[in-house]
Amino acid sequence: MSELTLTVMRLGFLAVLWLFVIVAVQVIRSDLFGTRVTQRAARRAEGQRPQQRQQPPRQQSGRRGGGGRGRNAPSKLVVTEGSLTGTTVALQGQTITLGRAHDSTIVLDDDYASSRHARIYPDRDGQWIVEDLGSTNGTYLDRTRLTTPTPIQPGAPIRIGKTVIELRK
Amino acid sequence: MTNTGSNTTVSPGGLPSRRNTEMAMLIFAVLIPVFAYANVGLAKDGALPAGMLGYGLGLGLLAGVAHIVVRRWAPYADPLMLPIATLLNGLGLVLIWRLDQEPSITTDQTGGAAAPSQLMWSTLAVALFAGVLVFLKDHRVLQRYTYISMATALILLALPIFFPAKNGAKIWITIPGVGSLQPGEFAKIILAVFFAGYLMVKRDALALASRRFMGLYLPRGRDLGPIIAIWALSLMILVFETDLGTSLLFFGLFVVMLYVATERTSWIVFGLTLSVVGAVAVASFEPHVQSRVQDWLDPMQAFKDGSEQPAQALWAFGSGGVLGSGLGQGFSRLIGFAAKSDYIFGTVGEELGLTGTMAILLMYGLLIERGIRTSLAARDPFGKLLSVGLSSALGLQVFIVAGGVMGLIPLTGMTLPFMAQGGSSVVANWALVAILLKISDTARRPAPAPAPSPDAEMTQVVRP
Repeated sequence: MSELTLTVMRLGFLAVLWLFVIVAVQVIRSDLFGTRVTQRAARRAEGQRPQQRQQPPRQQSGRRGGGGRGRNAPSKLVVTEGSLTGTTVALQGQTITLGRAHDSTIVLDDDYASSRHARIYPDRDGQWIVEDLGSTNGTYLDRTRLTTPTPIQPGAPIRIGKTVIELRK
Repeated sequence: MTNTGSNTTVSPGGLPSRRNTEMAMLIFAVLIPVFAYANVGLAKDGALPAGMLGYGLGLGLLAGVAHIVVRRWAPYADPLMLPIATLLNGLGLVLIWRLDQEPSITTDQTGGAAAPSQLMWSTLAVALFAGVLVFLKDHRVLQRYTYISMATALILLALPIFFPAKNGAKIWITIPGVGSLQPGEFAKIILAVFFAGYLMVKRDALALASRRFMGLYLPRGRDLGPIIAIWALSLMILVFETDLGTSLLFFGLFVVMLYVATERTSWIVFGLTLSVVGAVAVASFEPHVQSRVQDWLDPMQAFKDGSEQPAQALWAFGSGGVLGSGLGQGFSRLIGFAAKSDYIFGTVGEELGLTGTMAILLMYGLLIERGIRTSLAARDPFGKLLSVGLSSALGLQVFIVAGGVMGLIPLTGMTLPFMAQGGSSVVANWALVAILLKISDTARRPAPAPAPSPDAEMTQVVRP
């Protein structure tokens, strides 16, 4: 085999190897630079890290929620206090269970939470409801202990043991 | 439950499953080793190697099966881990095949050609990979086996003591007629499961009950118990099996997971101090470890004394330079014994040069990054700890063996994950990636189905 062919192959192979690395980085670009994408207001871009600090949750009445699910539809659930601070779950019409049981949507690592503590689900109109599932220490919406399923306003803190969660757009 | 069925459908705006991205990357990852294979053939014989089509089809078939299994049983899993593992495994196969072409290191005493058996082990590994994905419905099941996995890991680690030593280290168990296995490779996964389960329960006690002394949080004596036990265990591996690498891997794994669970820097300080004390103490009376350290400190003197490998590996890296000599055109056969297993990174260094070495290390880095990313995305503490543990085990292993070959640390008998010749290593690392994929699938799945099941755990009552 001629020297030239081998040199071309040698350099070509290195180029291909690096091309793979670069393509791989492109694939996970949304993870590496993802925080910038979420700033574009209403795009529901899940999988990115939340920015709970920059986004004041209480002044959202005028903004439109994305996805055409009504104006006030929150798009994610954010844990703001407790050991899971920063965790987000995208709201897509599914029921979210909270508790210490291993199969909960959000597994609370909190001695003051019950195994099946509470659940959050949308009713037929798309309004999100929080319901206490007979927990030992109760679920608090703002300062009031829940006795019946109650609609949640975006930004209202829901306290379970040492954990606080809220819905955001 | 209002709509538990929604977990099977992707609602608009949901996370893309990215399986098609994975498929494209996989095709890329299969083509690169085929290219490498052709390159080696052209360089050595001036013709395309005869087995090229079969080899490419075999690797492609393995990748295809793995992809279909992921598509079916872990549809939301990370799109990068499988392609990177496939590429590293494929490149490893090419390099082993390339070293098989060197008559001086492929003799009957060293077991003849190693590539066919490595391909067989890779097939077995992909089968186990598929098995883990199919039968492990949820990684949280592993949490139930916290203490059983501790016992299993101890047994696996203790077994090689009863088998004869090979090349100065007792890390193999030999089953007559089947071959030899390295149980340490499997023990690393099982130990990560144990650490994750244990630390999830104990992390508050470890993190909070401490006194502050000279800027460090000193844990209470009784909380020190487990770390001392693991330290003693890894020292025992070192003393009885003279295997520095495995003991370093396990202790490092424990310290990393302890740090992640408790967020206390003092654990790292303790861990480093303990491991230095242990390593120095053992090195002072264990001749096998001593000679390894001597080889590391002065490879040229070791070369004169008959231990040629460390110096040959360094020369391989040196002669590779920036762009390498090209596949099939290096002289890494001079490394001699273990060129296909522990020292395979030397061949990478010589034939692909600094550029290729960096690319390979970056791929390991990306694989580990995906693991850490999975642990950030995981929603349960056990999954978080387990994925951190598994990916740091992979990272530590790459560091220990690549650092050893490059002369950064004393070389210890360990395999480079996926690339080096060694059945147990390939099988165990594919299983490790399968568990990571499963955790990542659970973490990225848009709607986990809440299934009611009675859990009898005590809840503390708030007393006013």
